[in-house]
Amino acid sequence: MIGGFNEEQIRRYSRHIILPEVGGKGQKKLLSSKVLCIGAGGLGSPVIEYLAAAGVGTIGIIDDDTVDLSNLQRQVIHGGNVGKSKVESAKQFVNNLNPDIEVKTYVERLNANNVIDIFNEYDIIVDGSDNFATRYLVNDACVITNKPLSHGSIYRFEGQVTTIIPHKGPCYRCLFEHAPPPGMVPSCQEAGVLGVLPGIIGVIQATEVVKYLLGIGELLVGRLVYYDALNMTFQEIKMRWNKNCPICGEEPKITSIQEEIYGDSCRIW
Amino acid sequence: MTIELDLRGEVCPYTFVKTKLKLEEVESGEELVVIFDHAPAVENVPRSLKNEGHKIMGIEQKGDHLWKVRIRKA
Repeated sequence: MIGGFNEEQIRRYSRHIILPEVGGKGQKKLLSSKVLCIGAGGLGSPVIEYLAAAGVGTIGIIDDDTVDLSNLQRQVIHGGNVGKSKVESAKQFVNNLNPDIEVKTYVERLNANNVIDIFNEYDIIVDGSDNFATRYLVNDACVITNKPLSHGSIYRFEGQVTTIIPHKGPCYRCLFEHAPPPGMVPSCQEAGVLGVLPGIIGVIQATEVVKYLLGIGELLVGRLVYYDALNMTFQEIKMRWNKNCPICGEEPKITSIQEEIYGDSCRIW
Repeated sequence: MTIELDLRGEVCPYTFVKTKLKLEEVESGEELVVIFDHAPAVENVPRSLKNEGHKIMGIEQKGDHLWKVRIRKA
């Protein structure tokens, strides 16, 4: 044991410890951190994989789905687990990769009734959900509980990613006040998605989480990275705090999480 | 009282990783003596430590394959 690390941990985390920006001190911060991943799908897979490898001590995973063969084209942590619950499959993956990590599993859907209690247990939230109802629920609950949020979303060959630090930068609603009308945006299921796309966006989300936990670098606060895989371009879109934002503006209309605002994925506002 | 870290049997890069971890437990300005029997570490570790701002106060050869490196924490 040196500096609180056992022999195995010294080897496992040596490439982090060597970095002046991390060191033993930073690695300990990661080991004592708690991150919640919403969804263990395309975005959740690389997020969970790299956070576990990095030694983020507690990883919460919420998903009510089971692994389907069609998931394995992009959901790389679920190999061999078709038919199994995604959170159990993810937990098995994490345990194999890094036994230091405690995985908290939630085999349920995130909703207006459970979101606040769950979020309160974590330091930062990662949104890897695939629908607008959850996306807005997560954004609003992060503002209300004052939790940082890594947002990522994907569509066909395109993805976007940003980091939201409530009350220090804009939130998702500052940019997109309301969800598009039902049926306007096809889901991943209808639209298709290039398998590597969530890998790229998810790994950027994991990078942001690790940087936030370590307190290093510049986060994607007030900036949205828009990635186009076909043209291989990364564009940066400036995001501004909207003083009329319904959740983080000067006079917010939403002051608590009420089910009727979110309902199901087809009816938001 | 000098703090000592015996890294005999350890090789690079863990010689540096362990020295660095031990230094994190030492107060600024305090000295740490590290014992190595791995020749490359005697060159590599002091160089990496200097890059992080620490001072090498001396390198003493104690035997055929035995060195003591004295470090002052920045």
